[in-house]
Amino acid sequence: MSSETKQILTTDGIPLEVSLKKAEKKNKIKAFLLVAPLLLFLFITYVFPIGEMFTRSVDDRMVTNMLPKTFKAMESWDGKELPPEEVFTAFYSDFKFLVENETQGKLGQRLNKEKNGFNTITKKLMRLIKRNKIDESQSIKEQIMKIHKRWANVEYWQAIKRTAPPYTMAKYLKGMDMYFAADGSIAQVDEDRRIHRILWLRTLEIALFVTIFCFLMGYPIAHLLATLPMKYSNLLMICVLLPFWTSLLVRTASWMILLQTQGVVNDFFVLIGLVADDNRPTMMYNKVGTYVAMTQILLPFMVLPLYSVMKTISPSLMRAGKSLGGTPFVAFWKVYFPLTIPGIGAGCLLVFILAIGYYITPALVGGASGTLISNQIAYHMKATLDWSFASAMGLMLLSGVLVIYWIYNKLVGVDNIKLG
Amino acid sequence: MALPSYTETRYRIWHYFYIAICTFVFFFLIAPLFVIFPLSFNAEEFLVFSEGMKRLDPDAFSFRWYHEMVYGTKNPWGLAAKNSFIIAIFATIGSIILGTLAALGLSSRHMPYKGLIMAVLISPMIVPLIISGVAIFFFMAKVGLAATHTGIVLAHIILGTPFVVITVTATLSGFDHSVTRAASSLGSNPVNTFMKITLPLILPGVISGGLFAFVTSFDEVVVVLFLAGLENTTIPVQMWTGLREQLSPTILAVATCLIILSTLILVTAELLRRRSERLRGINR
Repeated sequence: MSSETKQILTTDGIPLEVSLKKAEKKNKIKAFLLVAPLLLFLFITYVFPIGEMFTRSVDDRMVTNMLPKTFKAMESWDGKELPPEEVFTAFYSDFKFLVENETQGKLGQRLNKEKNGFNTITKKLMRLIKRNKIDESQSIKEQIMKIHKRWANVEYWQAIKRTAPPYTMAKYLKGMDMYFAADGSIAQVDEDRRIHRILWLRTLEIALFVTIFCFLMGYPIAHLLATLPMKYSNLLMICVLLPFWTSLLVRTASWMILLQTQGVVNDFFVLIGLVADDNRPTMMYNKVGTYVAMTQILLPFMVLPLYSVMKTISPSLMRAGKSLGGTPFVAFWKVYFPLTIPGIGAGCLLVFILAIGYYITPALVGGASGTLISNQIAYHMKATLDWSFASAMGLMLLSGVLVIYWIYNKLVGVDNIKLG
Repeated sequence: MALPSYTETRYRIWHYFYIAICTFVFFFLIAPLFVIFPLSFNAEEFLVFSEGMKRLDPDAFSFRWYHEMVYGTKNPWGLAAKNSFIIAIFATIGSIILGTLAALGLSSRHMPYKGLIMAVLISPMIVPLIISGVAIFFFMAKVGLAATHTGIVLAHIILGTPFVVITVTATLSGFDHSVTRAASSLGSNPVNTFMKITLPLILPGVISGGLFAFVTSFDEVVVVLFLAGLENTTIPVQMWTGLREQLSPTILAVATCLIILSTLILVTAELLRRRSERLRGINR
């Protein structure tokens, strides 16, 4: 009975608890409805397309769709010796259909990627089919094998069989310089052809060093900005904010002017006698250019989070440290520095995330030795048109970035990002 | 930063060393921008300081490249500037509307899954542009919006909203919700309350977020490179092509104009930030 007496009713007779819950729910829906348009927009135009990149990166249905009968016939083939007559017949009929629709070229190119030499032999077969040189009443197997000795080689038929599954992880392996060997195991490409691994390592190396450089340069000036009186620090803050607001391309252009062989930096080096006039160092179209330009461009992203943390540290803490007998160095190291660690974390993670995906600056000042993984993705999107490989590399990069983003979110919280 | 008279010599040396480092870093940050100014007035066709310029000979300077930028034959800058402004303005409007609404929802204490949703909304700022570019290109190509202004505007709305969400939620964090309740209790409907009470108070945050969105769109080149056809070229795309192919001082004239524009935007943003801090009663 006691519970009944305690129940409080609102004026319309509904228990207060129920009424409050209803109001709470209404507020939840209201808040969500405000976020919904943007969330929906982002999901349609951004999140799903990124998901689609995954489908595209593993999609290998092209051959599956081009050779349906062949793969059906191959199901009973053990793949050890040359396939039986039915497989040859099925392949012939699939291929003839492709020739009639003039799409056999794509198949040749795709199979050529799987095993070198396919382009030639598919072209030969195509010419014979076009000239009606294949007698369908006799053994197709014998006739095809006579066209080229590769058709009689079991490795080529194994290669066709490997392309049967509609999905493949081959693009991801390619991104790490690996591939599926003939027996289906994963193998490494030859040492002198491991270009992607070099690119990944270089991307990590450049992002790491740019972060370190930004930290080493950003920490002192953030400290100065946070400790100077307002009227001076506001003026100096402009030095940080103006590059921040200036177009990326303008800043890259200015570095191209400064770093070129006849540029201002080299002029200066010659003037102070550091280098001889006829022996000017190349500072552009290599790693040096990428390091210098990226450090300057990303420096504001280090300074601003550091500054906003340092601003909250009371100067009396350092004074207390000193008055308790610490030298200024000890006071700084034991008192001030630990307090700035949240800012260091935020700044370093932000700079690292931005650096790892950089594209424009390395493409313009990096040359061949200073380009990053992003440049490789763009190259495959625009030049080779291997979009599935570009997608696979993009997603590999993205997964790395998302891990750092997750750490950043745990440490700093995305809602604590400060701008300007 | 004057040192007290009792400072030991080694700390004195350290202090001057520290000042020297800071001076160097500030110089490193700001000096590259100033190299563009004089070179854009170069009378010659090269991107280096000519002998005449080093002697400050007035004949070595000219407005030639500014003239080229505006009146040059076959020059793409006029179309590029028009496109850039149109795209940036529409992208800013879109970002402001979507971003402000989302920020209002996110700063309600009833919002479920706040952290997760915030992480999704901010992600276009974090995900490398090249990946965003690829994904957005696939989407726009599929719906037939590649190489259209609409497609680029939508892409820039995606990239611009995180800034609006961040600045407006920051403004709302110091917002006194009792004023909106007061308005409601005095008989105002929600829309009226928003327009008359909330919006004027969060306006500095909205505008500064809008400025970020504008600059993001105006400066964005990676996604546009994927999406744009010849008709949709923008200033950054033209600069990109120029820097890769024929390095002409016209680019420096354009760059100078862009630096002036960014200075104006910086001043506006700073004034707004200070006003917003005053309004929210944050005194520093």
